[in-house]
Amino acid sequence: MKKLVISIVLVNLLAACASQKPKETSSAPAPTSASVAAPATSASTAVDALNDPKSILAGRSVFYPFDVSVVQDADKPLVQAHAKYLSENAARNVKLEGNCDERGSNEYNLGLGQRRADGVQKMLVLGGAKAAQLNSVSYGEEKPRASSHDEASWSQNRRTDLNYAK
Amino acid sequence: MLKLLSGLLGLLMLANAHQACAALTIEIIGAGEHQIPVSIVPFGGDEKLGLAINEVVSEDLQRSGLFRLVDPTGKSPHEPAEVKYTDWQLRGAVALAIGTVSTQANGRIEAKFRLMDVLKQVELVGQAVSATDGQFRAVGHRIADLIYEKLTGNQGVFSTRIAYVNRQGKMFSLIVADSDGYNEQIVLKQNEPIMSPSWSPDGSHLAYVSFETGHAAVFVQSLYTNQRRAVADFRGSNSAPAWSPDGRQLAVVLTRDGSSQIYLMRPDGSDIRRISFSGGIDTEPNFSPDGQTLLFTSDRGGSPQIYRMPVEGGAAQRLTFAAGNSFSPRHSPDGKSFVFAHLSGGKFFISAQDFQSGQMETLTEGGWEKKPSFAPNGKLILFASEARGRGILATVSSDGRVKQHMFTQSGDAREPVWGPHL
Repeated sequence: MKKLVISIVLVNLLAACASQKPKETSSAPAPTSASVAAPATSASTAVDALNDPKSILAGRSVFYPFDVSVVQDADKPLVQAHAKYLSENAARNVKLEGNCDERGSNEYNLGLGQRRADGVQKMLVLGGAKAAQLNSVSYGEEKPRASSHDEASWSQNRRTDLNYAK
Repeated sequence: MLKLLSGLLGLLMLANAHQACAALTIEIIGAGEHQIPVSIVPFGGDEKLGLAINEVVSEDLQRSGLFRLVDPTGKSPHEPAEVKYTDWQLRGAVALAIGTVSTQANGRIEAKFRLMDVLKQVELVGQAVSATDGQFRAVGHRIADLIYEKLTGNQGVFSTRIAYVNRQGKMFSLIVADSDGYNEQIVLKQNEPIMSPSWSPDGSHLAYVSFETGHAAVFVQSLYTNQRRAVADFRGSNSAPAWSPDGRQLAVVLTRDGSSQIYLMRPDGSDIRRISFSGGIDTEPNFSPDGQTLLFTSDRGGSPQIYRMPVEGGAAQRLTFAAGNSFSPRHSPDGKSFVFAHLSGGKFFISAQDFQSGQMETLTEGGWEKKPSFAPNGKLILFASEARGRGILATVSSDGRVKQHMFTQSGDAREPVWGPHL
């Protein structure tokens, strides 16, 4: 995630330079409009909505309650938007990475994380993505985003990340 | 090289400091019900070496919780003829270990050891113990095993080895060490997770899970040649390897056909066949000592619990019913019971259950305690725990009376598993 944000910021900075007309008020690389974000050399091609921080596609994580692997209602629009994007961008591939909190054995959590990632994969396919664009894996509890023994950390760790190939 | 620091906690008996370098702190909490008073006299000959060996023997016996060490200060017999039994009777010892040790030019250590019965005034066992390359710890462990076996009637496990994973930041190391945590050897080190090491029955190979290919795959590695190969690397996750008692089969968990299910294959990855058929997560298979049945974790009933099924497949029977979730079952070496990790009220406990009575016994106070495995003599259980914010190795005696914490030098120790007799 961090890497992605950084690269988006860089793209925006470059785009701002290339346009040679930085907005009067934009002292920071604030979210820019689609036309500004487009690389100067390919002004005619459509903008990749994946790089638009305002797009729903900027969300790359789906979260779960404890020991649950079904995508929750709140996250369904996000998964469906990615499904639509993938169906329209057949060259894009995404790795679905299931993760869990630590309240299970490592092996059980590996299975649970896989079920979470597979659940997102199924929903993406239903939404029009091709199976060949998708690769679901599990990290179980082995790659926690937060490491305290509390719900604040656990809720961060119960998730599936959509990790697009560059 | 490793160093031993001493720690003192509550009821504890303590491990003496000695040696150079750095790595372990061992804390022992509690004591066995009936402790055997025994005195270990530092060996004669090479006295410095004798003291070093004495320390290993003493620590091994203390860790078992079954012995009370009687101070030998002031008396130093090395041969049976030098033993004045009344001295030791007065000090309350029932057994006395004596001997001599020497080092040869090529580094070979030779110890002559005798265990004397103080009351009957006879020799219980006498043996020459040797080791190459100055491995005095191996000599000490062997002598401790002899004393343990003679005085308890059970096989000693001090000369066996353990495997575990050490996590330090994003670096993961698969480590094999002596049963007391010393003499660490790195089997594999990488910046992707390593999980679930499993010993082949002859101790020659480890199977484990590595994420080095971007997802969980099962590898088998020789501990002699270090040669390794991926034996299960299908779509999704490949994990939870477990060896059959004859070493001819590996049970693994694959998601290649959907959710996590149990499969059998040869240890080279050939002849794969599925044996569990549930819609849920079936994982952590463990063979019974007779090779006929498997224990495993499954959430087929709605929450993760322990089940048992025939190795050839077929109906599974649920075994755990206590409130909470149960994970990571392992048979006792005699096949009469199993240990598992029990999550209840927000804590993990190490628990044991008898097959016949179905009665569950909780062995620990609870905390972050996972992945129990029996020592090959069934008297101790090794598990992953946490103390002072770090993952540590811990043991508990099978009666729950004696606990031991082993702190590695740095990082989090996890996924421990006790190896077989060699």
